[in-house]
Amino acid sequence: MNELYLIAGMAVVTFVIRYSMFVVAGRFEFPARLNEALGYVPPAVLTAIIVPAVLMPNGESIDLSWTNAYLVGAVVAAVISWTSKNLLLTIVVGMAVFFGWQWLVG
Amino acid sequence: MTQANVDTPSLINASPFSEFLAGARDSFPLIVGAIPFGIIFGTLAMSSGLSFAGAMAMSAFVFAGSAQFIALGLVAVGTAWPIIVLTTFVVNLRHALYSATLAPYVRHLPQRWQVPLAFWLTDETFLVVIKRYTQQPTVPYNHWYYLGSALFMYTNWQVCTFIGLTVGQMLPNAAAWGLDFAMPVTFIGMVIPYLKNRPMVATVIVAGVVALLAHAIPHQLGLMVAALAGIAAGLLVQQWGKQEILV
Repeated sequence: MNELYLIAGMAVVTFVIRYSMFVVAGRFEFPARLNEALGYVPPAVLTAIIVPAVLMPNGESIDLSWTNAYLVGAVVAAVISWTSKNLLLTIVVGMAVFFGWQWLVG
Repeated sequence: MTQANVDTPSLINASPFSEFLAGARDSFPLIVGAIPFGIIFGTLAMSSGLSFAGAMAMSAFVFAGSAQFIALGLVAVGTAWPIIVLTTFVVNLRHALYSATLAPYVRHLPQRWQVPLAFWLTDETFLVVIKRYTQQPTVPYNHWYYLGSALFMYTNWQVCTFIGLTVGQMLPNAAAWGLDFAMPVTFIGMVIPYLKNRPMVATVIVAGVVALLAHAIPHQLGLMVAALAGIAAGLLVQQWGKQEILV
């Protein structure tokens, strides 16, 4: 395995992506419409990561049943986040419910 | 006196150091969510075929959690390195969106700041820092806040990788404990506070539905499709809202 090439290649492409728009923005002013659109980036990307992870924990089919501990944990976490606005509490309670449910139904 | 500033950072009393500490402090909950990932990465690395040094180097020089995990999976099945590099590119494309979102706030900084800040741009640091920039765009030391978040995340990732490579090896079946729920639950806690208006709700609904529909697209490209669809939905609803006010 060419580990050195692998890591160097991964490091280069990752850095280029992360740095790309800093360079572009240094030369041009972004159009107002693009700046508006970028305001939606955090919730859009987060949701696109969360939903498949929670509803398709096996990576293949959608599991909407009550035995899906990921779904139960996610619903509880969403409620805690909505009511408490406390991120750490959301993570701790969400994980606890997830593990408890997994243990109960597992 | 300095201590008081750290506890209650204000616009007037902010110093580079107090901002640095505030960035690290505000990243703490996300660090908690990232710890299991670093440890599991280290635990799985050697059984997937990476060397000890290779696993540490990947965390040190690539520093991209989900791409590192996918790389492990591909290494384990003997994938050629150029394919893994290409996959890394696609998986990390979402960072171009982060980079574009932060760019207006860092464009005034010299290269010696921009280059390391770009290198340390992760999901977690982006989320913490963009919140700060949008809420307090005029604080002069915001880049120190960014640095504090980034260095805390980076140090934690190295330490967790090392723990996984050493202690994690001894735990039986550590990866099967379901610690993979840590990332979604952290992100849920970050996304809910955005749901303050109709465009944001539309963004989340459309991004979620499209993510499910597009899940079969290879190499996580579905994630980009879903994110872009969500952004478009938010813009559309925002546009409709403006028209309603005009009418």
